[in-house]
Amino acid sequence: MKKSVFLGALTVAGMAAGVAAAGTMDDVKARGKLNCGVTTGLVGFAAPDSNGEWKGFDVALCRAVAAAVLGDGNAVEFVPTTGKTRFTALASGEVDMLARNTTWTFSRDVDLKFEFVGVNYYDGQGFMVPKSLGVSSAKELDGATVCIQTGTTTELNLADFFRANNISYEPVPIETNAEAQQQYLAGACDVYTTDASGLAATRATFENPGDHVLLPEIISKEPLGPLVRHGDHEWGDVVRWTLNALISAEEMGITSANIDEMSAGTNNPEINRILGTEGTLGEMLGLDAEWAKRAIKVGGNYGEVFAQNIGESTPIGLARGLNAQWTDGGLLYSPPFR
Amino acid sequence: MTTLTDPPKEQFRLSMLLYDTRYRSATIQVIAMICFMLMAAWLISNTAQNLAALGKPIDFGFFSEPASYDINQRLLDYSSRDTHLRAAFIGLLNTLVVAVLGCITATILGVIIGVLRLSNNWIVARLMTFYVEGFRNVPVLLWIVFIMAILIETLPAPRAFRGDNATASMMLGDSVAVTNRGVYVPEALFSNSLGNIHLFGESSLRFDISLDLMLILIVLGGGLWVANLLRKRADRIQEQTGDRPVTWWQRLAVVVIPTGLVLVLLGFHFGYPELKGFNFQGGTHLRNSLIALWLALSLYTAAFIAEIVRAGILAISKGQTEAASALGLRSNKIMSLVILPQALRVIIPPLISNYLNLTKNSSLAIAVGYMDITGTLGGITMNQTGRELETILLLMLVYLTISLSISAVMNWYNESVKLKER
Repeated sequence: MKKSVFLGALTVAGMAAGVAAAGTMDDVKARGKLNCGVTTGLVGFAAPDSNGEWKGFDVALCRAVAAAVLGDGNAVEFVPTTGKTRFTALASGEVDMLARNTTWTFSRDVDLKFEFVGVNYYDGQGFMVPKSLGVSSAKELDGATVCIQTGTTTELNLADFFRANNISYEPVPIETNAEAQQQYLAGACDVYTTDASGLAATRATFENPGDHVLLPEIISKEPLGPLVRHGDHEWGDVVRWTLNALISAEEMGITSANIDEMSAGTNNPEINRILGTEGTLGEMLGLDAEWAKRAIKVGGNYGEVFAQNIGESTPIGLARGLNAQWTDGGLLYSPPFR
Repeated sequence: MTTLTDPPKEQFRLSMLLYDTRYRSATIQVIAMICFMLMAAWLISNTAQNLAALGKPIDFGFFSEPASYDINQRLLDYSSRDTHLRAAFIGLLNTLVVAVLGCITATILGVIIGVLRLSNNWIVARLMTFYVEGFRNVPVLLWIVFIMAILIETLPAPRAFRGDNATASMMLGDSVAVTNRGVYVPEALFSNSLGNIHLFGESSLRFDISLDLMLILIVLGGGLWVANLLRKRADRIQEQTGDRPVTWWQRLAVVVIPTGLVLVLLGFHFGYPELKGFNFQGGTHLRNSLIALWLALSLYTAAFIAEIVRAGILAISKGQTEAASALGLRSNKIMSLVILPQALRVIIPPLISNYLNLTKNSSLAIAVGYMDITGTLGGITMNQTGRELETILLLMLVYLTISLSISAVMNWYNESVKLKER
């Protein structure tokens, strides 16, 4: 009895002790590997391909950070997390950062003690139904059975949406996207709801994607972004500016194809500052001068990453929409590198 | 001359704590205890310090915040505007439901299988061995997920019941619908309902008790009590005169007639499930998640209980059976009157731990999306509020309380069936 109490207490202390460790950057450098929390598998955002190699939009960000800090985009240990386990994994220090289509909300930022470093995908919650159901609006879903990933903001939006429209529904809580897909395809739920990008990605893996439609309603704002533990600002800065570097690179026209040419020096000082041929931005971050160059080189700029993983030429086929550069009428707007 | 001197008064020296066997063990225990306490104190203070450093001091204030999420299976009224405490309470009731249903089913199945495993019929005995080994050697989580997958993949979706060329149909005279979202069965309705008693006002623990149900239970209980009196009277007459009066119809009548009368007065009728819109409406909805969890836990635990029952029966010496059959009892009478009552004494203590296991295993519910207390308090609430330590500690406390209550009840029962030595 005494022993088990003792071991239990040790576990608690172990968790607590893990939390205390600040200086994530030093930890990552000492480890030589970045522990990056991703989803358990959402094609296009983060999923292992047929060779077991993680691929996707969120994965690309992990690789960019690893390249910036460690100089190697493959020095990443991907830790699959569910909607329920992700925050504990980050808070306990099991992962150094989360890049797992996680919505930036007030309470997560302030109360849960995390720090969202930016937005890498502007999303909103949507509904997917089989075409044969003949539903054309989410407001017609009175009495429907809805599959929902538990522990997400979508769960709360769903409750609010149905409540506000005074219609009823039956929630079926699901742990992972794969389980939701199974239940949805078997008809155990009429509707699957999650972020619209996630729905598109899930639908792309169906045998007959054409048999399913996304309803026009987008019922929430879901700014998805990478996050780190609150309080470790040095590390937060590294992740934030790696993301900004990818976004700025697209704006400035730096691509994985022309980056070597450009790093020889251009007549645009901002490009020079990003690529480290001018100024000491890398040093200020605690990295070397070429950090951003490596980050961009590993998967290309934001636009390239988007096009490769979830863009219109991929089976997922998401348009840039809100995620276009501000110069193209989107919301992507990186602070200047100065 | 002999002088009697007192034995030299022994003086206590500090070294005796270590070298004197009378004190040594106490010394070691005290030192071990101090070390343990220091360790515990360090762990607690370290945890508290780290939480403070994180800016997350222990705080249970989140309990009065609105939960903002919906729960599909709720035995009491609940909406997403209710508090986290209410959500935890609804989850607790769901845990208790599946635990109670599971314990009852597992016991019945376990006893039957345990007895059958001792059968002289080779096929029956082998089949039961197969069952026991199959279920207890596969993790219960796999059984839960497996049963859930079978339910989802093989049963028809509600939309298969619709239209002129429906591929599925309801059973038992259109009263029961078996779908891959669960089983819809008729529900009991009362047209002259007496209403409910509301306990605890508007607090998060508010609880409604149906007066109809209470009345029926009271009348039924009264009927059973009278029937028992009738049986005792019959026993007495039989002892005195040797003739047993025929009382079965009286005993049946005192139970059935008053209960039936109350049901008629309350306007008892069934509400049948009906396909409306996306789902069946009306009736009682036994969700897939409940069925999968209940079945898996019962079947799994039944395998263990079967072994306990078998062990209990084998512990009774063969002489008992032989003596009973010498008295002319038939084999099923021997089992129910002679063997099982004695075997119970061996069976009950390990049975308690199986009940506890079943209850604790019910926390695997989240695998199939059953909203038990681990799913609400330890799942969504923890995730939405970020209060890991508080919720987990509370969750441990809840399971501890449930387990200790089960132990207390079962120990009391064990006392009552124990061999009375006079």
